[in-house]
Amino acid sequence: LYRRTQKMFCVGEESWVDSRTVYIGHKEPPPGAEAYIPQRYPDNRIVSSKYTFWNFIPKNLFEQFRRIANFYFLVIFLVQLIIDTPTSPVTSGLPLFFVITVTAIKQGYEDWLRHKADCSINECPVDVVQQGKVVRTQSHKLRVGDVVMVREDETFPCDLILLSSSRHDGTCYVTTTSLDGESSHKTYYAVPDTMAFTTEQEVDSLHATIECEQPQPDLYKFVGRINIYKDKEEPVARPLGAENLLLRGATLKNTQHIYAVAIYTGMETKMALNYQSKSQKRSAVEKSMNAFLIVYLCILISKAVINTVLKYAWQWSPDRDEPWYNHRTEHERQRHVVCLFIHRFLAFMVLFNYIIPVSMYVTVEMQKFLGSYFITWDEDMFDEELGEGAQVNTSDLNEELGQVEYVFTDKTGTLTENNMEFIECCVDGNVYIPHAICVRMLSRTTFFLDECSFIKDFTSVCGRPTSFYISSSPDEVALVEGMKKLGYTYLRLRDNHMEILNKDDEIERFELLHVLNFDSVRRRMSVIVRSSSGECLLFCKGADSSIFPRVVSGKVEQVKARVEQNAVEGLRTLCVAYKSLTEADYQEACFHLTEAKLALQDREQRLAQAYDIIERDWLQEKAADTIESLHKAGMKVWVLTGDKMETAAATCYASKLFRRTLYLWVCYSANTRPHNHIYTLLHLVLHRCSLSVDCLDFGLIIDGATLSAVLKPNPESAGHGNYREIFLEICRNCSAVLCCRMAPLQKAQIVKLIKASKEHPITLAIGDGANDVSMIQEAHVGVMGKEGRQAARNSDYAIPKFKHLKKILLVHGHYYYIRIAELVQYFFYKNVCFIFPQFLYQFFCGFSQQPLYDTAYLTLYNISFTSLPILLYSLVEQHVSVETLKREPSLYRDIAKNSLLRWPVFLYWTCLGVFDAVIFFFGAYFLFDNTTFTSNGQMFGNWTFGTLVFTVLVFTVTLKLALDTHHWTWINHFVIWGSLLFYVIFSLLWGGIIWYNFCLLQMYYVFMQMLSSGPAWLSIILLITVSLLPDVIKKVLCRAISPLLTVPMACRTI
Amino acid sequence: MQKKENQEVENRPDNTAFTQQRLPAWQPILSAGIVIPLFVLVGLAFIGIGVALFVTSRNLHVLEMDYTGVEKTSPCFSCSDPIKQKNCKCSLSFELDKLFEGPVFFYYGLTNYFQNQRAYGVSKDYNQLSGDLDYFTFFFSIVPDSTCKPYRYDVNNKPIVPCGSLANSMFNDTFNLYQMKNGVKEEVPLDGKGISWWTDYNIKYRNPSVNPLRNAFNGTVKPLYWSKPAYELDPTDTANNGFINQDFLVWMRRSALPNFRKLYRRITDGLPAGNYSLEISYNYPVIAFDGKKKVAFSNVSWMGGKNEFLGIAYLVIGSLCLVMSVVMLIIYHWRNSSPDAN
Repeated sequence: LYRRTQKMFCVGEESWVDSRTVYIGHKEPPPGAEAYIPQRYPDNRIVSSKYTFWNFIPKNLFEQFRRIANFYFLVIFLVQLIIDTPTSPVTSGLPLFFVITVTAIKQGYEDWLRHKADCSINECPVDVVQQGKVVRTQSHKLRVGDVVMVREDETFPCDLILLSSSRHDGTCYVTTTSLDGESSHKTYYAVPDTMAFTTEQEVDSLHATIECEQPQPDLYKFVGRINIYKDKEEPVARPLGAENLLLRGATLKNTQHIYAVAIYTGMETKMALNYQSKSQKRSAVEKSMNAFLIVYLCILISKAVINTVLKYAWQWSPDRDEPWYNHRTEHERQRHVVCLFIHRFLAFMVLFNYIIPVSMYVTVEMQKFLGSYFITWDEDMFDEELGEGAQVNTSDLNEELGQVEYVFTDKTGTLTENNMEFIECCVDGNVYIPHAICVRMLSRTTFFLDECSFIKDFTSVCGRPTSFYISSSPDEVALVEGMKKLGYTYLRLRDNHMEILNKDDEIERFELLHVLNFDSVRRRMSVIVRSSSGECLLFCKGADSSIFPRVVSGKVEQVKARVEQNAVEGLRTLCVAYKSLTEADYQEACFHLTEAKLALQDREQRLAQAYDIIERDWLQEKAADTIESLHKAGMKVWVLTGDKMETAAATCYASKLFRRTLYLWVCYSANTRPHNHIYTLLHLVLHRCSLSVDCLDFGLIIDGATLSAVLKPNPESAGHGNYREIFLEICRNCSAVLCCRMAPLQKAQIVKLIKASKEHPITLAIGDGANDVSMIQEAHVGVMGKEGRQAARNSDYAIPKFKHLKKILLVHGHYYYIRIAELVQYFFYKNVCFIFPQFLYQFFCGFSQQPLYDTAYLTLYNISFTSLPILLYSLVEQHVSVETLKREPSLYRDIAKNSLLRWPVFLYWTCLGVFDAVIFFFGAYFLFDNTTFTSNGQMFGNWTFGTLVFTVLVFTVTLKLALDTHHWTWINHFVIWGSLLFYVIFSLLWGGIIWYNFCLLQMYYVFMQMLSSGPAWLSIILLITVSLLPDVIKKVLCRAISPLLTVPMACRTI
Repeated sequence: MQKKENQEVENRPDNTAFTQQRLPAWQPILSAGIVIPLFVLVGLAFIGIGVALFVTSRNLHVLEMDYTGVEKTSPCFSCSDPIKQKNCKCSLSFELDKLFEGPVFFYYGLTNYFQNQRAYGVSKDYNQLSGDLDYFTFFFSIVPDSTCKPYRYDVNNKPIVPCGSLANSMFNDTFNLYQMKNGVKEEVPLDGKGISWWTDYNIKYRNPSVNPLRNAFNGTVKPLYWSKPAYELDPTDTANNGFINQDFLVWMRRSALPNFRKLYRRITDGLPAGNYSLEISYNYPVIAFDGKKKVAFSNVSWMGGKNEFLGIAYLVIGSLCLVMSVVMLIIYHWRNSSPDAN
């Protein structure tokens, strides 16, 4: 949207320029420079809030009336205002007002929270260089052209161009985890002309302008130019690229401080441009709710049509149409036929409009909003180590947690701890284990130390650590700590020399010559060091697949075997190789490096030796138990990981995702096979799958490459049918699927694929890294693990550990679903009960739109007499205990596929509502039929009739909920009995006091008169009993027939 | 470190029963041991109530007579002709072979009469009826209430008091009951007090506080169908005149259903066995809309008038409960005895 507006702006504005000129430190350019085009830039304020104080009311009202239900009630309200209708506008206006107000308060509160968050971001302190001094100011006051000083571990306040850093080479290290999810440190460079500045004064003396493109959302693209004006010299122009641009949201690492100039601020930063408002995820419950609503709308319209038609039929004879006692007015007689018809139809619509539960949406919203606090409050999901509990970012999807069919999980950090521990190393085929080393030290010392020192050297070098072991990857931390156990302590990096304390407490020094950073294309990183003896060494570490091909000597085969073996055991492996470089080699490499920083391949080819370092990635506690529970609950768990197959598979075995009995299909390395091979393979799998009786014993392993081949729309395959379909078919039949070597985007693709399959299953994605964000956003429900703090915002729910998934799904999800399902069904039920008697009454009052109930009852039925019990029910109901739900994951299957909101259940509730309504109405009808109701012979009128029906209605509907309540806390007691009491007290007051301005006195003393009559009491008791009887009998029989545990469910699903 | 600890304390959720969803709760289970006795109890109680109601209802008498005069044999046939309707009188004779215990309530009934039509029901002005003189005069188009249309003003724009269809169509047949004793007509005293709701008579409806009452009605006209103005409804008794005339009040309380009875008089001492003659001054036309006019004599008990429905309904539901308890017993028994029951 932003871009669109920007484009519009583009077209409309004459003075638009496609580049901007930034004056560093707001200094005027020297004369002779290009024409000065003043531009206005936004300040550095981030606005994520939707409303301001002023526009809240109009904007919020507009937003709310865009909802179909609210709009419907608004229309009804307006109809009531305009034409003469049976009920006063208050009856629909007041509930609507109530609903709108409650929603507005909720949204206002949420927006206030957003304002607060914005405020804390906008007011966080920033150091700005002004007149040669560092001035501390607030983030939102930052303007384009300001020179900013950022210290280590601080986050950049806006998009900056690096001028100089505390490192003498003018570089700085940055993590961009919160932006793109890559956790490695990236290096950014200052322009050579400015990198020498070290103090504020020097920076301030800089006289330069930056010309750059207008902001655009691509994180990796930036084109600009810096013009540096020196005294009486031609300005020096230097190109600027993405490597000079520090993005807002990234964090400075391993660099004491930097100076940089702001070029994009506030909403123009790349992060803000990339910030997409989260697309609204709609839950399945909401969809069925809307479907039911449409059905009820149809019922409403048909009711109105039936009554209008019958009215005409009934009025065919003029005596009925206009009996002498009830003449029409002239005005009415002269009305046009069509006009009259519409008028009558609308009047019936208004009379029956309450069948659409006005307060349902607001109650659902309240339930979700308040209910989500139970997740946040849950102590079981509180993690002691992190000091954090679960977090709910979207309350709209609570019940979806009870509907999950597919769980997509990331492996590293989600299933596993992502805490690496150094387990063993294998040097030239000899295996060493740290603990063993200590014991057997004496016997093999000499040989050993030698090897170890290499490892250690390498470790330290590659680790690139600072004085702490802060490092881009947990492997490196593990390595450094593993070496410490062996007696080699990494001390520090000083003047490009690494100091290492060896076993004999001597300090060894290595000069760090070059670091070639890790990237995901090469999948390895290298360093070149010079040891104290003057020898140049090239170390290279990386995944086995990228190291082995480059190894030219050494016992590659043994190492390879060991690597494989360890990978199978679920250990994470890392390969290291080194080569000693002659001085000439080194010079050549240097030459290449400095010249182009390209063609790195050459120098890494001839490596001498292979090491293998193995670490163990521990499974998170109870991960296996959780997965098992999820399986039992009927969910399919897929592991999507970037890891290699063996490791991932081992983790899967360890976490019981794959049982030993599972028959595994492996589709691997598709790039070496022709397409039709995959096709045959897939077919074979499918065939075998369909042959086997129980397909649940199949597991599938597929790698990213094969997957992309499968998913790629292939013109050749048109004749063969679609891979996609076959693949989907297989996947649906497998109980466990492992996808390894996945790119982040592929993860999202998989989720999308499953989501779009024909059953439209509900998916849940869980991951901790930023590379899982796309998958999490794609899935119906996204859950975030502990890492990726910023990225956790993208998830719908954040939980500290994988094991908490069990509780959030099996317990919370289950409860939310049960609760909301009952809520929705009950709302429709109670409104059928409410309105159907009114419909029946039309047959006995000459279709004259006479309301059965008093105005106050019509108005308050939904908003006060019957609203609180169901709301509280939907917050605290527990049909079975928490422990049972945890113990019996299979209970989760009972509510799978939206089982409580299917059409038969809906039909049952509606029929029950109609039945009850018929009982209310005809019960009262036969009781009133020509008989005296009192012992003093007086007769009751129509309002007593309506009040009798209404009293029975309120009691029945509330008691029906009481029957459905399985968990009676004091809250339930209070609310259920309280609301009945409230009804009685209200009726007494309403009829007992003359409300002059308000009431037409029609209800005066009606309720008391009714209560003074014995038969009225008896009939109220009778009618309530009869209405509840079918439901009680059904429940009792269900209980008798079905086994104990699932009784509530069996009874719900009929 | 300390900061971290504090933070931890801050983040830690409250460990209360409510937040952890562990509030102590009563979890009723509809098990056989509870439900079957409950059903038996409810069934027995309902049958008890049902029997009591049924017996009481049986002991009540209702004597209902149609006097519409549709058939030629009917004594009121001559009066039913709408042309010569004015002050037509007819009489209905009936015989009681045993004592009709008092108090006997004397109702008139109408059928197919839709007092519950919406337009009809709202057609009145509460302010007028509560005696507010401001609403007795024509005041632009605000007073009397526009709902009174088409019975708001007469042709001369004089306001109708009481206005509206409901008042306009007040039932105006009158009855006199005579007992035939040895060929001599002896009038049975009819008590017209307290036939309307106490609140209607004392609070809701008020006469304007003008003495004499007729002065209040200056400048107004009587409802079109009325033969006499409101202040002459009962000239003998000021407490039963004008808007607080009991017959008027009874009529103004709309009936719920199209077939209805309204209380006319009370006969406190009851009716001894014998021959009676009911003299009717037949004014109210109902044949045009296929209506029927009836009179009914009924006595009431603590549970109101004769209505067997309630008693029968209680009996049916009570028996149903008993049957259900037996059925449940069988099912439970069968389940417990079958070997594969879990």
